[in-house]
Amino acid sequence: MKHIKTLNKVNLKQTAAKGGCSECQTSCQSACKTSCTVANQKCEK
Amino acid sequence: MIHKFSLNHYNIVLDVCSGAVHVLDDLSFRLVDFTSAQMPARCPEEAYAALSDYSRDEVSEAYGELYTLVQDGLLHTEDDYDQFIGKIAPAPVKAMCLHIAHDCNLRCDYCFAAKGDFGHGRKLMPLEVGKKAIDFLLNNSGNRRNLEVDFFGGEPLMNFDVVKQIVEYARSKEAEYQKKFRFTVTTNGLLLDDDIMDYINREMDNVVLSIDGRKEINDSLRVTPNGKGCYDIIVPKFQELVRRRNGQQYYVRGTFTRKNLDFSKDVLHLYELGFDQISIEPVVSDPNVPYSLKLEDVPAVAQEYERLAKEIIKIRKSGKSINFFHFMLDLDQGPCAIKRLRGCSCGNEYVAVTPEGDIYPCHQFVGIDGFKMGTLDEGVIDPAMKQAFSKANVFNKPHCRNCWARFYCSGGCNANSQQYAGGILQQHEVSCELERKRLECAIMLKAALADQE
Ligand code: SF4
Ligand code: SF4
Ligand code: SF4
Repeated sequence: MKHIKTLNKVNLKQTAAKGGCSECQTSCQSACKTSCTVANQKCEK
Repeated sequence: MIHKFSLNHYNIVLDVCSGAVHVLDDLSFRLVDFTSAQMPARCPEEAYAALSDYSRDEVSEAYGELYTLVQDGLLHTEDDYDQFIGKIAPAPVKAMCLHIAHDCNLRCDYCFAAKGDFGHGRKLMPLEVGKKAIDFLLNNSGNRRNLEVDFFGGEPLMNFDVVKQIVEYARSKEAEYQKKFRFTVTTNGLLLDDDIMDYINREMDNVVLSIDGRKEINDSLRVTPNGKGCYDIIVPKFQELVRRRNGQQYYVRGTFTRKNLDFSKDVLHLYELGFDQISIEPVVSDPNVPYSLKLEDVPAVAQEYERLAKEIIKIRKSGKSINFFHFMLDLDQGPCAIKRLRGCSCGNEYVAVTPEGDIYPCHQFVGIDGFKMGTLDEGVIDPAMKQAFSKANVFNKPHCRNCWARFYCSGGCNANSQQYAGGILQQHEVSCELERKRLECAIMLKAALADQE
């Protein structure tokens, strides 16, 4: 595309059907203990 | 739903429900206002009229690109996530915060632990309680394999022998129960010595080192009981620990308040001290204390986040590494949508345990009246409370339902909302404003770094 650059390929919706196994780190444990930012967490699947 | 913003000369559109992020030129960015899920294939006349400073051909071309994105499910994607509500239900407990010491050798003014003792007197967790906590986790984690235990305080190093024995006990059960424990410890650093550093680096998957940044900032609030700042004691110890850690996960973690709204300087100071995994976060406190962040401070903090993002871009473009926790974002392989919708899972998959063996929804609920969920002796947690917390997610928080940031923020902090907004489903406005600003910065950072490639 000439006018638009898309930064990512993965579609979030497709992750919903198979997701939710809960094997990944609980978000608040990782550093801050004061907020629930999940976007920086890693999927373990 | 889309979120459209310009930051640092980047025009960005986030397609909320697919998670797609687009960087646009000025023309297509303006044209976005004429798009929708049902947009016709041909560009409408009013769009040509509004963009008459461009040629018709250019407008048609950009419109065509936007149309393709909609057709490909990358723009104006429909929100049909309701079908997954059922996946967000009471679930096995798999993470635990152990309040190993309700005592502290610092007296930080802003401490939510009420200077270490959580308002309930100074206590150390006995080994027996720690073992029962591990048993509780083993027995209540269902088929979850990875279990997390965070040693927290007060200051956990004040009870470090018990920490070691709990780790040993948990490890001794891993094979039998087919579980894998991951340990984290949070420390203010005062008691770190060679042996403890080596132990932490061997056994802990993550270590969180508390420091606020510049000496004068750190020492104004992080003080010992005799009123002296701790900076000079902890900095060399933290540097040594990280040096010996050989790249394993850690964070230096601090708090900013109304008194250092120029906190990007603290982040950069920590970077200059040799740390590259940094988390500096807004203080959460009673709005009436002088250093608390208020709505009127939001523009200044937002500016500061922008300044920080620009500094980080410079550092990264020079080939060096720096991670600011709240700007970390994985656009390609981040967590699944279910995790994003579920929220922090406190009181459901995650609980905190006090030195007495009382169970609370999370470390920040400890000591708040009415939130004790059970005790290790009874070995059960209140199912009604667990149910209520499992429902504290973006579907049930009216302000989150249509917030563009919901798949990244996940619904905010229930404890903040309880304490400062009147209930776990309520909105803590300052936190929301800052969260959204951080996310814009984080997305812009991605655009800037992609630009380089
Ligand atoms: S491990 Fe991956 S799939 Fe499982 S809940 Fe976490 S993010 Fe979702
Ligand atoms: S920023 Fe606020 S409104 Fe938006 S998802 Fe987070 S908590 Fe909810
Ligand atoms: S309520 Fe807040 S402090 Fe507690 S686990 Fe959730 S995000 Fe963390």
